[in-house]
Amino acid sequence: MVIYLDNNATTKVDKRVLDAMLPYLEEEYANPSSMYQFSVKSSKAIAQARAQLRDFFGAKSEREVIFTSCGSESANTAIKGVLAANKNKKHIITTKVEHPCVLNLYQTLEKQGYRVDYIGVHADGSLDIEELKEKIDDETALVSVMWANNETGVLFPVEEIGEIIKSKNPETKFFVDAVQASGKIGFNLKDTNIDLLGVSGHKFHAPKGIGALYVKSNVIIPPLIVGGHQERGMRAGTENVPYIVGLGVAAELAKDALNYETTEIKRLRNKLETGILKRVFNSRLNSSISNRVPNTSNIGFEYIEGELILLHLSDLGICASSGSACTSGSLEPSHVLRAMGVPFTSLHGSIRFSLSRFTTEEEIDYTLEKLPQVIEKIVKLSPYQDELEHLRKSKV
Amino acid sequence: MWDYSEKVMDHYRNPRNVGKIDDADLIGEAGSLTCGDSLKLYIKLKDGIIEDAKFQTFGCGSAVASSSILTEMIIGKSLDEVKNITNKDIADELGGLPPEKMHCSVMGHEALEDALKKYYGDDYVSPGGADVSDTVICTCFNVTEHQIIEAIEVNGLTTVDEITNYTKAGGACGRCKGAIKKILEKHAPKKEVKLSAAQMVLKINKVIESVIAPELQKDGGDIELIDIEDNKVYVKLQGRCSACKNSILTLKSFVETTLQDKVSPEIEVVQV
Repeated sequence: MVIYLDNNATTKVDKRVLDAMLPYLEEEYANPSSMYQFSVKSSKAIAQARAQLRDFFGAKSEREVIFTSCGSESANTAIKGVLAANKNKKHIITTKVEHPCVLNLYQTLEKQGYRVDYIGVHADGSLDIEELKEKIDDETALVSVMWANNETGVLFPVEEIGEIIKSKNPETKFFVDAVQASGKIGFNLKDTNIDLLGVSGHKFHAPKGIGALYVKSNVIIPPLIVGGHQERGMRAGTENVPYIVGLGVAAELAKDALNYETTEIKRLRNKLETGILKRVFNSRLNSSISNRVPNTSNIGFEYIEGELILLHLSDLGICASSGSACTSGSLEPSHVLRAMGVPFTSLHGSIRFSLSRFTTEEEIDYTLEKLPQVIEKIVKLSPYQDELEHLRKSKV
Repeated sequence: MWDYSEKVMDHYRNPRNVGKIDDADLIGEAGSLTCGDSLKLYIKLKDGIIEDAKFQTFGCGSAVASSSILTEMIIGKSLDEVKNITNKDIADELGGLPPEKMHCSVMGHEALEDALKKYYGDDYVSPGGADVSDTVICTCFNVTEHQIIEAIEVNGLTTVDEITNYTKAGGACGRCKGAIKKILEKHAPKKEVKLSAAQMVLKINKVIESVIAPELQKDGGDIELIDIEDNKVYVKLQGRCSACKNSILTLKSFVETTLQDKVSPEIEVVQV
């Protein structure tokens, strides 16, 4: 039995996505660039997927859609592309809580002489917009902000940020990492000041190994991967037809399921969250209650350690993830929770639960039944019995 | 998922000797809440023999397993016998630990050592050897020079990364990595041959030509090596780099760290 509550890590491929992909792995294997009738179906399939992504993004034209191999490639194409197209500008603004795939790139760029400002967040995970506003100057080439945080699910007001950027410096480009927002909230990019936006298929029930990048029609950047003419020269390499088809279907399904996401998944998430906070005396919510994606909950358990919680949950078939240092191989706990100022008492014992449209009520009930027992078992091991006793009394 | 041995899994699933001994004769402590793991070891003595031992641990699976097996290893033994237990013994008894988790066995040993120090006082001699300073090297995780040297000597460590895996030192901000490297050079099992002045010049020149210059050229800049005097490397930034506001930053955070990393941690880069 597997109860999968780690959908921010990756998701199950939807059967309808897989069914749409299979013909392009079996019979319809033609290279879409070839000059015979056999390849027409492949090239039409890509065109259809591109239209599905246009609708998913709420883009003006399907020409604004580039297929990539993953979220990291989308981000690298956008960031390096903007900087290459604006060589005289050496300033970048991003946040302290970006995904490591983006943060590590900025650290590399700093070594190459770029000035990078990392904007902080408040205790509820919301962005310090005032600080961001102040940092924008004439040298700012790029502002890069995630839409939803992968660890807490907290949403940043990217539409508002887009307006601020353009009012302070119309030439500054705006990249949004929407990997964790995709499929969880609706996009309508044509009405925003977002210049570039990246998504990754496996976060919304497409397979791993396919992503997409939105590039507004008036934004010109060079390609990251140079070679053939594919993707209008924006991304060389023979198109991954079956996966592109899969991404298109997944995007359409995600768009259709948005209502389910904001009602049913949210209801189950809230049931899990309030249930844990009520039943477990040393638990606390690590983010704002309202301003976040509907599927994510990040809960800290005080005076116990996260990896041990995960190991015990794993023994019960429950999959979740932790911001604990011990789970990552690095020795530092989550940079996101630290930026929020989550106290050390619960920092190492923070667990992220993330649901999907495949999560059932029974799974949530089972987790709610088992988790308090796991926590009680681990609490008994803790050297901080006095502090825990104090907490227990104050909660009653 | 970590590749934990059956024994590690057994011990975190069913930890032995959990709890507190109210009238303990010795209590050993290691780690802290801030660092992400901590251990309290309680020892009850009878006629110089450890009659009972219990533990309380805040930490991951391998931390609990290390603490649990440690209590089993010491119960029924004399203090003189347990004095020789090293972190490696704890890890071996568990059927091994993943390299990134060796610091858990070190924590177990530290708690035992802390208890023994209370008993033996100044006469205590650790398995890693006496006569080393208690200077804190890693302030993030509060790791002393003594602990680093002991980890090197007991486990035969040869790289800074290994030391981080075993002691956590250098695992957070990384500022002490230079200091760790120096300790390693002094205590590593295989001593590195110190570069002669001529070799140093060749090596610096090669790193500048093959690593540093190409990076700078990507941004329309370049670098020229002017002179080398002991550990001081005199360079001149050229092209776009010379007019760049951030040139000092480039020099220190990129040129100097690259040379320190690839040639010698002592190198200082000076702009001419």
